[in-house]
Amino acid sequence: MNHSERLDTTFAALADPTRRAILARLASGEASVTELAEPFAMTQPAISKHLKVLERASLISRGRDAQKRPRRLEAKPLAEATEWLEGYRRFWEDTFQRLDAVLEELKTKEKKRGRAKR
Amino acid sequence: MTNTGTLKVTTPTDRQIAMTRVFDAPRRLVFDALTKPELVKQWLLGPPGWSMPVCEIDLKVGGAFRYVWQRGATEMGMGGVYREIVPPERVVHTELFDEDWTGGETLVTTVLTEQGGKTALSLTVLYQSREARDAAIKIPMEEGVAASYDRLAELLPSLA
Repeated sequence: MNHSERLDTTFAALADPTRRAILARLASGEASVTELAEPFAMTQPAISKHLKVLERASLISRGRDAQKRPRRLEAKPLAEATEWLEGYRRFWEDTFQRLDAVLEELKTKEKKRGRAKR
Repeated sequence: MTNTGTLKVTTPTDRQIAMTRVFDAPRRLVFDALTKPELVKQWLLGPPGWSMPVCEIDLKVGGAFRYVWQRGATEMGMGGVYREIVPPERVVHTELFDEDWTGGETLVTTVLTEQGGKTALSLTVLYQSREARDAAIKIPMEEGVAASYDRLAELLPSLA
């Protein structure tokens, strides 16, 4: 998979509230399928389906324990996806902060002009 | 209206990037800051270190604009044509960098909405292809903006 295809897979995997909740849960430590299914009104096979999508996107992996097969979070693809939008956001954030300053100046000038008229 | 200063970036379709940002100023002032060269020059600068020696704007439908940025010996130019102008609420223009790293012309729609003395700016860029859009997002990242993995834990609850 190239960079762009990887991003597609990551974003597709993230485009579901249950899967995002699973990732949020795994951010605080690994968990078994049963543990992951607990907070959801869903059958274990339904949860397993979501886990498969996350696994295919390499967002999670399986731990060593053969019996519990705990899932854990894999940080890299998510970081890549975040970086991608984050870079653009930061670029414009800096730029728009300068626009804030320009607007403040314009407002101050207008106020002064308004006072001068009176 | 969302808080002033929070920038939201989304990708509404395969070929688009959309940004929204609220400014603490009335719409006509934001419109001026976006369309008057002496004001644009002061803020439309991208990463630190760049200046904007050329900023020409012929604000009419069919009129052209030309921007050139400079950092040391490096120059970067860009230009386009205005397609729609509705002061102080809407501007549609085409955009093309001299080096064409966006894979062809883009179409930029700017919409300003005022509420309670504040103005929401919504900017939508339509690229020729998904590849072009993806490349555009990668470029500022390669300017040295790399998110650290430390932010991951912070980010996850907000995604959920």
